Amino acid sequence: MAQAALEGKPYRPPKRGFRGVLREMRREWTAYLFNAPGMLLFAVFVVYSVITSFNLSFHEWNILEPEKPFVGLQNYREVMGDERFWASVGRSIYFTVGSVIPTMAIALAVALLLNTKIRALGLFRTAYYLPVITPLVVAAIIWKWVYDADFGLANFYLMKLGIIDKPLLWLADKTLAMPAVIAVNVWKGVGFNMVVYLAGLQAIPAEFYEAAEVDGAGAWQRFRRITFPLVAPTTFFLLVINTVGAMKAFENIFVMTSGGPPGPGGATTTVVYYIYTQAFEFFRMGYASALAYVLFFLLFLVSFTQFRWYMKRVEET
Amino acid sequence: MSTVAPQHVELGQPVPADFGPPPRRPRRVRFRPLVVLRYALLIGLAVVFVAPLAYMVTASFQPLERMFRYPPQWIPTDPTLANFTGFLTSDRPIGRWIFNSVYVSVTVTALQLFFNSLVAYTFAKRTFPGRDFLFFLGLATMMLPTEVTLIPNYLIMKHMPLFGGNNIAGVGGHGWLDSYWGLIAPNISGAFGVFLLRQYMRSIPDELIDAARIDGAGHFKIYWKIVLPLSKPALAALAIFTFQFMWEAVYGPLIIISSPELYTLPLGLALFVIQNRTVWNLVVAGSVLAILPMVLMFFIFQKQFVRGISLSGMKG
Repeated sequence: MAQAALEGKPYRPPKRGFRGVLREMRREWTAYLFNAPGMLLFAVFVVYSVITSFNLSFHEWNILEPEKPFVGLQNYREVMGDERFWASVGRSIYFTVGSVIPTMAIALAVALLLNTKIRALGLFRTAYYLPVITPLVVAAIIWKWVYDADFGLANFYLMKLGIIDKPLLWLADKTLAMPAVIAVNVWKGVGFNMVVYLAGLQAIPAEFYEAAEVDGAGAWQRFRRITFPLVAPTTFFLLVINTVGAMKAFENIFVMTSGGPPGPGGATTTVVYYIYTQAFEFFRMGYASALAYVLFFLLFLVSFTQFRWYMKRVEET
Repeated sequence: MSTVAPQHVELGQPVPADFGPPPRRPRRVRFRPLVVLRYALLIGLAVVFVAPLAYMVTASFQPLERMFRYPPQWIPTDPTLANFTGFLTSDRPIGRWIFNSVYVSVTVTALQLFFNSLVAYTFAKRTFPGRDFLFFLGLATMMLPTEVTLIPNYLIMKHMPLFGGNNIAGVGGHGWLDSYWGLIAPNISGAFGVFLLRQYMRSIPDELIDAARIDGAGHFKIYWKIVLPLSKPALAALAIFTFQFMWEAVYGPLIIISSPELYTLPLGLALFVIQNRTVWNLVVAGSVLAILPMVLMFFIFQKQFVRGISLSGMKG
């Protein structure tokens, strides 16, 4: 993704120094006009916001009161010792790893199956895409019902298939709640990943496979040596998008378990949910800002590591 | 090897999804176990993916007492529209929720397409001082978790001068909170949309634009008459993403909106579920209504949407 961004016509600054730049800015003034509305909003709701948030994280502020005393690093010190926050980070990582890997694996498998002489491609694509266009809240409602201990489809069919022998509580069970929520996220995510993978697979020239066939490469070899390396950019793009998306997941947890069981601090309280409760249930705006910044830092580390890993892979192949 | 052969011959000839020549029919029909297995896998998985949705749709036509039949009943015995009429005429302003959702999603989608494509055009096809800096600044913020800007955005909206009873210094009222402004304004430009469109627009040949310049067309005319029509697939993809993002958003509206008549449909549904655990028939009817516009959008734009994904920078 970043590589794609770097290609294209590079901008060459004029050689005549500051005055030259000014002249060029005057000549290209319509470019700034085109950018103005978008950039104004960006400046207010992103740039200014990020700065305000950073500033807030050094203050103690209950939103209901006018004073916000400066407390230095106290919020950050509290974050370091906040066991419930770190537990929620752990749960977010569980949720993210648990969703992203199966989502991408199933999506790639389906895309490989679809990327053949298959009939009714459009029909299959629609079937896998329907969960993607289902609003999160609706998905959460459906699955809350599917997981219902007494009337749910999950217990009925799993018992019928002999996978479980007695009804499970799913969302009300401490160890099962998280996998159950993850399953919904996977269900909802596969379709989008599959469409993107399919686009990536279709861009691979057929000659590569023909040459490999001549050399006597088996199916696994062809996947390992041709398909997988050539869809690596797609994999990286999806990995980043899915990771950020999973770290932000809120709606499905809000509706399905409200962070429980039982209540906040429960088995499905992820970072986002924890920050939400600190900011809008306990009104600790300064502390919530500090939490958000620590999360930002962690996410940045994750993206950076993913990028390093990707670059290493690209060099290897 | 012979069992593997049919599979890799086909792997080597990817079937174009929506463009290119149609797939060739096999000359001889043979029984091929791998093909059967492939279809079995695809159909089996597809059933798992569609079943929960299908079950909800059939249930929405059943009265409450039959909804929770056990074992599950897939075909409604005597279908009824009572759940839908019950949902639409309940004591909550549900007609307003639907209107709010449609109004906000459509407005934001239209404005995003316009403003983001303007920015994307300048990033893709023009050179001006500061261009690369602005582009990378936008790209960097795509990684930013929403939580970082959540609280400041709340405060900015609360203190928006001269709105919602605020004076010029931004105090005294509720600003953009609890209003359409708060739902629409922060969402009408986005780094993701700019990036998606820019990647696509870069594939438009420069010669087209240069020729138009020589013919005396201004930048806005080039954008409007050449770049926009050629970017249709990417615009369709962005339209679907944006519409869906706005249509299903709960986190934002939950924080911004407090009056029930300004709820969006998903927010209303979410609070409905959390507060009333008993009225499942109405909730299910509401859920079916909430999926409909998305399904419609998808069927109308499917072709362009898939093309938009395949051809823009999204494939890497």
